[in-house]
Amino acid sequence: MNREDFPMMKSGYIYLDNGATTWKPQVVIDKINDYYTKFTANAHRGDYDISLKVDNEYENARDIVKEFINAKTRQEIVFTSGTTDSLNLIVEGFFKDNIEALDEIIIAESEHASNVLPWFRLAKSCGAVVKFCPLDENHYVTLSNLKKVITPRTKVISLAMITNVIGDLRPIKEICEYAHQHNIFVVVDGAQSVAHIKTDVQDLDCDFLAFSGHKMCGPTGIGVLYGKYELLDDIEPKNLGGGMNESFDNIDEVYLKPLPTRLEAGTPNIAGAIGLGAAIEYLQTIGMDKITAYEQELRRYLIRKLEEIPHIKIINIESDSGIVAFNVDGIFAQDVAVYLNKYKVCVRAGNHCAKILKNEVGVKNSVRVSIYFYNTTQELDKLVELLKDKNKILNEML
Amino acid sequence: MLDANLRKEIIMEHYLNPLNRQTIEDKNYIKVNTNSETCIDNIDLYVLFDKDTIKDIYFNGEACAISTSATSIMIKLLKGKTIKEAKELIDEYYKMIKGEEHNEELLEEACCYEDIYKQENRIGCATIPWRGLMKALDEYENRK
Ligand SMILES: Cc1ncc(COP(=O)(O)O)c(C=O)c1O
Repeated sequence: MNREDFPMMKSGYIYLDNGATTWKPQVVIDKINDYYTKFTANAHRGDYDISLKVDNEYENARDIVKEFINAKTRQEIVFTSGTTDSLNLIVEGFFKDNIEALDEIIIAESEHASNVLPWFRLAKSCGAVVKFCPLDENHYVTLSNLKKVITPRTKVISLAMITNVIGDLRPIKEICEYAHQHNIFVVVDGAQSVAHIKTDVQDLDCDFLAFSGHKMCGPTGIGVLYGKYELLDDIEPKNLGGGMNESFDNIDEVYLKPLPTRLEAGTPNIAGAIGLGAAIEYLQTIGMDKITAYEQELRRYLIRKLEEIPHIKIINIESDSGIVAFNVDGIFAQDVAVYLNKYKVCVRAGNHCAKILKNEVGVKNSVRVSIYFYNTTQELDKLVELLKDKNKILNEML
Repeated sequence: MLDANLRKEIIMEHYLNPLNRQTIEDKNYIKVNTNSETCIDNIDLYVLFDKDTIKDIYFNGEACAISTSATSIMIKLLKGKTIKEAKELIDEYYKMIKGEEHNEELLEEACCYEDIYKQENRIGCATIPWRGLMKALDEYENRK
């Protein structure tokens, strides 16, 4: 769908690494360009027309995000540099002060490094414990498995809504309901989900949500931290500086601004934020439900085709996202990726930053195809065609 | 310069049937891990020194065609060589990797990577075992 909106289409690449980042439509590029060519000025300094315009555009982007994920108020939307930044801010800014020795943090082995390492560091520094939710036979997180590791000491559960390796969709709403009955916080890593499925934070009732602009047609270097107002309000800003303070006369009289500005010290990524706003508006004109349905259709199509190839082993036949991970029997994933690159097909090989998942799936590395709405069955046909003949791969992979 | 087909044959032969691929428990062997930031290769080398000689080497791990074959080829080339000879080979190998003049006679089969400098995403793979070897040499020399 909508291929004509993307200048990168002219490059001739078949881009199947959308889990890493997505291509950008012209409207987003134009929006960023406009900021740099028509109204460059700083934000929060509205003494003249173009500066006021920047303020309006920047804050409008926040409203767009708020509507998009259905947050209760615009103050619950903080711009960050991306999912990694948001997750670190949640862990260091909020949980550092709310977790003590022997408290328990639950994550899963299929989490991205950015939802593992900050927790490891926190646990190490304060003597808390990181526990892993056991995965079921499909490597899924289920509420019943989560219950097996929840104890009275469990303080927080932090999970990706959709994982980046096997693309499973976690039952976050159920998890939040159960967790909140037991006074447990829920953090959601939305890096792989917000771009692909409708997200409603009030319906999910999650406490925090982190996501990145660049995985949803937006620019790099911009992301969002959503948090319930009263929790966000509790976050100690990790950066102090301009824009976020109300006044300071001496060391004892420093007053900070209210949310969300308090958590956005310094000149923000203005082009990034308004570019993200344009990306969200773009996605909304297509419709999130339509995007999800189309990606599912493409995925089923690809699975059907790959299943016909005897030397291909699919790791996640079932999955709720556009992610397909597989291996070619006897050929290292990276060699497959290098081979496909010769035909301008972009896929990812590796462990996809989920290094501890290998214990669970038993496969260290795989080839990952991640689909977005601008991919087509023709592109997938080309991929399948290239994978059909194992001798061709062996012959041409060097 | 080796003929392109021959180069490919050497690489594939060492990839599909690598020599000296085995995990070694013997503590007399120096074990080093070598991997790359840009790719997912991960190789353990086991090196046994005897005075000034590399007496024995094995490897194990999960890696792509280039780094697996490069490891197999390196081991074949280095077994029995003196440390001095090994250092000379390292120099020659890196010259080749950079696309510079190098001593083909000394490098023997390792010349199959003569063209690799043209494939930026493979250079890291071709040097993985050699970086591991340098680590092992350092460790041995620091022990002495
Ligand atoms: C599940 C998941 N979480 C977090 C991240 C990190 O996102 P970013 O690199 O944009 O901070 C990614 C990106 O690969 C991801 O897939």
